[in-house]
Amino acid sequence: MSDPRELYQQVILEHNRKPRNFGKLEPCTHHAEGHNPLCGDQLELTLVVEDGLVQDVKFQGSGCAIDVSSASLMTQAVKGRPVAEAEAMAEQFRGMVRGELDPATQTPLLGKLILFQGVKDIPSRVKCAVLPWATLHAALKGEEEASTE
Amino acid sequence: MTTTRQPLDVQAIRKDFPLLSRVFHGKPVVYLDSAVSGQMPLPVIERMLHYEREEHTNVHRGVSTLSQEATDRYEEAREKVRGFLGAASAREIIWTRGTTEALNLVAQSFGRMVVKEGDEILLSAMEHHANIVPWQMLAQEKGATIKVIPMNDAGELILDGLDDLITERTKILGLVHVSNVLGTVNPVKEIIARTHAKGVPVVVDGAQAVPHLAVDVRDLDADFYAFSGHKLSGPTGIGVLYGKLAHLEAMPPWQGGGSMIRSVSWEKTTYMPAPGKFEAGTPPIAAAIGLGAAIDYVQALGLDRIAAHEHELLTYATERLERLPGLRILGTAKNKASVLSFVVDGIHPHDLGSLLDGEGVVVRAGHHCAQPVMTRFNVPATTRASFAYFNTREEVDVLVSAVVKAIELFK
Repeated sequence: MSDPRELYQQVILEHNRKPRNFGKLEPCTHHAEGHNPLCGDQLELTLVVEDGLVQDVKFQGSGCAIDVSSASLMTQAVKGRPVAEAEAMAEQFRGMVRGELDPATQTPLLGKLILFQGVKDIPSRVKCAVLPWATLHAALKGEEEASTE
Repeated sequence: MTTTRQPLDVQAIRKDFPLLSRVFHGKPVVYLDSAVSGQMPLPVIERMLHYEREEHTNVHRGVSTLSQEATDRYEEAREKVRGFLGAASAREIIWTRGTTEALNLVAQSFGRMVVKEGDEILLSAMEHHANIVPWQMLAQEKGATIKVIPMNDAGELILDGLDDLITERTKILGLVHVSNVLGTVNPVKEIIARTHAKGVPVVVDGAQAVPHLAVDVRDLDADFYAFSGHKLSGPTGIGVLYGKLAHLEAMPPWQGGGSMIRSVSWEKTTYMPAPGKFEAGTPPIAAAIGLGAAIDYVQALGLDRIAAHEHELLTYATERLERLPGLRILGTAKNKASVLSFVVDGIHPHDLGSLLDGEGVVVRAGHHCAQPVMTRFNVPATTRASFAYFNTREEVDVLVSAVVKAIELFK
């Protein structure tokens, strides 16, 4: 098991301190709420999708540093991307933090998001990192709610 | 009984806990999570192992010497619990899986008998989910309502309005002895006396109380008192419900099966007297005997000495932690036991929990199965350190340093 302290890299701490794309898009085309019952993390995601592209995305809510930084970095990563690509990123992210995909070769879409790979060694925190992506998936599928349970 | 003696020899005691020698992330473990589950000392583990190796069979069955021996050991453990709680009779001691099952038993048997449509069940604002949810289930089934005794910002129950909260429709009061989140020691004896004056029985959740303070159920005049073995240096899977015999005799069984019957025919089944009628099926025998050994161990140390040692650690940790910038302690009652919950500005309790884990410090981060308490204090969760008789001031220092490092990191 790796040291939990290694997870708290400066990028994660910095995005936790100053989350990007924080807020709510009104009007929006897609919307979902995410909830992690174990931690009490709560997340609301709003998107504007046009011509198959994620034109804009914002999140708001409260949670731990892993959850908030994951949400912040996710919004940066998917903005301007085709919906299908955003979905594929969600799949790769989920696979990586569950230890099913190797970030060295199997998650080409993730870019710098591979800094979350250490989460796989702290099973109790996997849900925190995944919550924003689960919420994104729910929003794109037209579901109102995502839960990590 | 214990008298004034030397303080605990903590270094000698620690030799009874091999787990305390483990290393996590290159750091010696600092176990400050006894409120989640206490560690078992070697004499308890060895007693259970001896039962499984040399004495194992079923109880209350057959005529073999082996069976009689196991039954005797099992019933001796019940007698130890009786003595530990100061109950009048071992017939008032029911084995359960833990506090949760004990409280469910009270709700499903006694509660179902006395609560009717339109009645009220009174609970305190600092109950664990185990003393909330069984009552909500019963209230829903019966069409009854739940009322709550409020608490102040220090985490003390506000008892001024208690006499008005208890109405002629109130059928039972559920009350936690020591809050698992706030550490508050509630004035249980006074509350029971006032509640009894209105003719209402009281069930006490003693899970966090019995490891830290001497409990005498007759002095408290509790109608029911529940606790778990694993918070008292014993194993998981065993707990206790004390109930006044008059209640137990009036209550219907709640689970049916072997052991709890006197005779069974297709026409009519008769039940054992208490406690037998509440103990269907084969019990966790080794665990019951282990709990008996845990009571021996704790009593040999002396609850007075345990309380004095833990109180010193709690006071020391409180003084050191409350000075840290942005740190807020939840639960500042005058009378507290062994539990220290806190939050730090800008650091989510789960992040803090992970960072402390990286320093070898085991604490609980979460809602502590007491979400209404979290809501009351407007926090999603807290970090909680809890102290036991084997902890040291040096371990408190490690905790404080680890929290300081986390604060620095998140700055």
